[in-house]
Amino acid sequence: MEDRSYFYLPPPITTINKKVITMKVSMSIELKDIPGQLVHALQPISNLGGNIRSVQHQRDKKTPSGRIPLQLVLEIEERSLNILVERLKERGVNVVRIGEERLKDSMVVLLIGHIVHSDLRETIDSIDSTGFAEVVELSLSMPGVDMTSSASVTLSAIGKEELKDALDILEATAEKKGIMVISSI
Amino acid sequence: MKQETVRISIIGFGYVGSGVAEVIRRKREAIARKHGIDLKIVGIADLKGVIADEQGVSEEAIRALKAGEKQGDMTSLDIIRDVAHEVMVETTPTNVETGEPGLTHIITALESGRHVVTSNKGPIALEYQKLMELAAKHGKEIKFEAAVGGAMPIISLVRENLAGNGVMSIKGILNGTCNYILTRMAEEDLPYEHVLKEAQEIGIAETDPSKDIEGVDTAVKLVILANSIFGMNATYNDVKVVGISEITPDALKLANDAGYVIKLIGDVDSDGRLEVAPRLVPKDDPLNVGGTLNVATIKTDLAGEITVIGKGAGPIEAASAILSDIIGIYS
Ligand SMILES: NC(=O)c1ccc[n+]([C@@H]2O[C@H](COP(=O)([O-])OP(=O)(O)OC[C@H]3O[C@@H](n4cnc5c(N)ncnc54)[C@H](OP(=O)(O)O)[C@@H]3O)[C@@H](O)[C@H]2O)c1
Repeated sequence: MEDRSYFYLPPPITTINKKVITMKVSMSIELKDIPGQLVHALQPISNLGGNIRSVQHQRDKKTPSGRIPLQLVLEIEERSLNILVERLKERGVNVVRIGEERLKDSMVVLLIGHIVHSDLRETIDSIDSTGFAEVVELSLSMPGVDMTSSASVTLSAIGKEELKDALDILEATAEKKGIMVISSI
Repeated sequence: MKQETVRISIIGFGYVGSGVAEVIRRKREAIARKHGIDLKIVGIADLKGVIADEQGVSEEAIRALKAGEKQGDMTSLDIIRDVAHEVMVETTPTNVETGEPGLTHIITALESGRHVVTSNKGPIALEYQKLMELAAKHGKEIKFEAAVGGAMPIISLVRENLAGNGVMSIKGILNGTCNYILTRMAEEDLPYEHVLKEAQEIGIAETDPSKDIEGVDTAVKLVILANSIFGMNATYNDVKVVGISEITPDALKLANDAGYVIKLIGDVDSDGRLEVAPRLVPKDDPLNVGGTLNVATIKTDLAGEITVIGKGAGPIEAASAILSDIIGIYS
């Protein structure tokens, strides 16, 4: 019998592009100076499934019109952002500025091992749920049952630190499942 | 020019040891003219026997030694201790567990007042500090450029040419066998086992390739760099090591599609990180060299990044580093 390694055939490669995009947003708003306004302003965010990462509230600082300025950082699905702005306006909250915190740093990571779809899903979710990083592209090569699979994963994050955190999450998950992670230099 | 005679012993007369004798024979006159030192081999030891001659060993005696004609009753240690000379060249096999026989050869040489130049990784990786202290105590030098990147200068580059710079990290391919295997797998789309067998057939991989492919050889070289350049006191056990045997043609193809190659990279930095692992290297990065080449990128605070590429193995290439080390002691 001939050595089967001479007959190595390239397996098909599938690419998954994800559609639901969570974005990180910083927002400057102004509240009326009456009790209960903060809760009143933050409610629509959680109602829309958003996450509040930080609130900066300077009590002693006021706008010329006597309102209280507030800085918010939140994560929210891209498609919900406009609805949020509408709801805030309805509640009498002035939205002064909205800035998207872009996923501006990316890296490619390779995985090798017995990769199962469910493991991948779990890994992607754990990164996407951070709000500061996500898996933006994934190519998977599964030559067959009982054979080693490989995947290339593109991670994006809002900054270098966050990218490193995302890689740590990926590495921790992979280690648990005995999957080898090849990171870039 | 005033000539100084530098008498040399070569302990371990295999590929590299014979390479040293060969380059000295070829370059002796030129070195005398340029550097004012006359290199004279006065003793050679090998497991097959030893030869010694204070006038310089003859070509015939070397041929006889190589042919396995037993040459008398002296041992390697007798040569090191009792034959008057200035530089002991240590080129016996690397043992990363005990460092022997090289460790004893080197200690004996320093205690006998000889400078030491070696290509043997074991003693330097295991007992760096002790050997440096011993050398200092006896006012002698110990040099080991050949042990890390073969012909590729790293240690003298950092210590001499980049003197004054702070070194932040050194990253590179320090094992030609792994580089050959990964390069062939990627270029020809061949599985690991196939390429390994091929590499063994053409003499690039050893019959027992485990030290190379499991990353041990790279890790040992990294320890030498950590200790000699970063002033650490590291041992092999401090290095996180992953080898290349799990790499598949699929993985290489995915990497290629994303603009990368996979290389076994040794990585040491001033924060104490010591790691050997397959890494993605952008195709346009200077670390992307093919075949059996070695490469290292040295990141410094003043000069920025400097990359050296060269042949990491080969008897003449290793002998080149040894020769430069010898000349370096006298300039
Ligand atoms: N080859 C390369 O390209 C290269 C590059 C860089 C560094 N190095 C390092 O350089 C060293 C030599 O490599 P090599 O390729 O020349 O190996 P080699 O061909 O196996 O030569 C080793 C020589 O040492 C002799 N030897 C063994 N034990 C000895 C002892 N107790 N006393 C005296 N001689 C002894 C051997 O004798 P017998 O032949 O009688 O056994 C042999 O002649 C190794 O440490 C290696 O890691 C090699």
